[in-house]
Amino acid sequence: MASEEMEQLVRRDYKEGFVTDIESDTLPPGLDENTIAFISNKKGEPEWMLEWRLDAYRQWLKMESPSWAHLDYPPIDYQSISYFSAPKRPEDRPQSLDEVDPKLLETYEKLGIPLHERAALAGVAVDAVFDSVSVTTTFKKELAEAGVIFCSISEAIRDYPELIKQYLGTVVPVADNYFAALNSAVFTDGSFVFVPEGVKCPMELSTYFRINAANTGQFERTLIICESRAQVSYLEGCTAPMRDENQLHAAVVELVALDDAYIKYSTVQNWYPGDEEGKGGIYNFVTKRGDCRGARSRISWTQVETGSAITWKYPSCILRGKDSIGEFYSVAVTNGRQQADTGTKMIHIGEGTRSYIVSKGISAGKSNQSYRGLVKIGPRAKGARNFTQCDSLLIGDKCGAHTFPYQEIGNSTATIEHEATTSKIGEDQLFYCQSRGISEEDAVSMIVNGFCKDVFQELPMEFAVEAEALLNVTLEGAVG
Amino acid sequence: MLQVNDLHVTVEGKEILKGLTLTINAGEVHAIMGPNGAGKSTLSAVIAGKDGYEVTQGTVTFEGQDVLEMEIEERAQAGLLLGFQYPVEIPGVKNIYLLKSALNAQRVARGEGEMPAPEFMKLVKEKLGFMKMDASFLQRAVNEGFSGGEKKRNEILQMLVLQPKLAMLDEIDSGLDIDAMKVVADGVNSLRADERAILLVTHYQRLLDYIVPDKVHVLVDGRIVKTGDAELAKELEANGYEGIEEFVA
Repeated sequence: MASEEMEQLVRRDYKEGFVTDIESDTLPPGLDENTIAFISNKKGEPEWMLEWRLDAYRQWLKMESPSWAHLDYPPIDYQSISYFSAPKRPEDRPQSLDEVDPKLLETYEKLGIPLHERAALAGVAVDAVFDSVSVTTTFKKELAEAGVIFCSISEAIRDYPELIKQYLGTVVPVADNYFAALNSAVFTDGSFVFVPEGVKCPMELSTYFRINAANTGQFERTLIICESRAQVSYLEGCTAPMRDENQLHAAVVELVALDDAYIKYSTVQNWYPGDEEGKGGIYNFVTKRGDCRGARSRISWTQVETGSAITWKYPSCILRGKDSIGEFYSVAVTNGRQQADTGTKMIHIGEGTRSYIVSKGISAGKSNQSYRGLVKIGPRAKGARNFTQCDSLLIGDKCGAHTFPYQEIGNSTATIEHEATTSKIGEDQLFYCQSRGISEEDAVSMIVNGFCKDVFQELPMEFAVEAEALLNVTLEGAVG
Repeated sequence: MLQVNDLHVTVEGKEILKGLTLTINAGEVHAIMGPNGAGKSTLSAVIAGKDGYEVTQGTVTFEGQDVLEMEIEERAQAGLLLGFQYPVEIPGVKNIYLLKSALNAQRVARGEGEMPAPEFMKLVKEKLGFMKMDASFLQRAVNEGFSGGEKKRNEILQMLVLQPKLAMLDEIDSGLDIDAMKVVADGVNSLRADERAILLVTHYQRLLDYIVPDKVHVLVDGRIVKTGDAELAKELEANGYEGIEEFVA
């Protein structure tokens, strides 16, 4: 949509007025300042938050959707999206597993998802499908004793406005990019984590355990803060394919690590990739960035990306603190007609900063995948070091893999190493395994898992096992 | 055990095997010798089921089963195992994992069920010792960064663990120094058994000083042109393949 039209829409008077709309649960499609006011009001946000959102929205209107990525998709009509919808009412959801797509259930079976969790994942209308209430209560108690805050971003805006004001948008500014600006204007869900000084979070935090997290928001906003010497490991996502009717996802994740703090952020993403023609799949445009603000702080991104029709995602680290460390470990798998343009940015600002990038891309079917990585060494980053390893594996001959490494070196004392390989899953490797009696499918999974080993070992144990199973399911039938 | 009858094989439109006939019985060790390009490696590759080889005529049966109709893994599960001249590297996959997966895949296919882990470890350690290989070997990725000698030892180690009925070894001696060759030969000799057959494919007679075959076949231009006992290999060493070719012509 042309920006003039947009502006016209914005300039429309508050015809309906958002106050009366609050009574309804779902907004009709469309985006203007009314929409944003509605969301903010619905969430019970203070005035400054609404201003923040409107500022983002006004900047977004002036921006253009990025076109530099190696992706091909039709223009998105932002006026056809509904920006606020209450969770489906129980009577509108499947009443039992019998009403759920058998294909989905088959996948849960293969992934070894416990029976009682399958219903929840498939969106079946059952109250307390598993004992989440008691689990969460125990959880909350333990976290509270440690002084850790873990809640939804909406709660945080209401309950911890000072922390939100201090940190929100400081890592990913509202107008950072097109999708981040949109997210800042309309986000409705997400997590907030605050780990106070000197505290090591007593457990791994997972969205999975957060109440109300069942419906993944279309525009999620996550903010994680670790004060000095604090540590946290955060798990996002789920290996099971989630039912989701929203096609466009534009999340923003901000991490802040102060002196000697360590944040480990692990993602397993397996959203609907679309049918064989790639229709109906999720578009995933994510901005994830960590700020190593303090000296010797460390932020580590680990991701296993297997879903979505389109993935646009570059978890990055700003290495501001002296001797801070940024890490990015990624496995991205594309099959069918999936497209992924993913990678990372390591911005070295402080002295003695170090970064590690290990990216493993696997393309099968007719999919296309690009690694895009930037290593930037600022003028003050004396003695900065980067190591990048970027490997692509092709399965079949209709897929593509591309690598776009960018380096900007502003300090001559920096050391940069880059290794890249592209290989076809060897007919020879397959033949070798099969001639030992191993089936083709098992051989593919063995070779692919071997290829990804460097990344999988960075995942928390339980996630790693699930990730392996997920990879096998994703690549089923990729060969032959 | 293995019958190859009038086998014709074409690779990329070129006929490599031109009517090869061969019978191997249980308990026997056969060696196939011949000049480069005669089709030696083609024979073992076709039996193992490698892609890109077109059988235009002839049959291959193993214990009465039509081998050419079987999937690659089914051939291995039936007891046909190929030791490679150039084993591939599989980064990130530990040797121990490949061994275990292969053994269990074969056992499950034969209805024997998976081998319990302690029993498996005991078996592997014993065979490792026999091949004079260090236990750290098991934790390394399959063939990755292995020297030529290590790769060949690893092939034999797999044979010792998997215990095939017919072991086919393609140029197992190439690139080995004399000490490594002795270890490899000891490994192969330990496989000799009444119920097992071994097929060696080699260019040089040297290997046959250590693994003495029951039968030697000379393969020239896609056909077996002469068959004899271990003495034939020595004649070849003395006179070269050209002598045979002339003799045949």
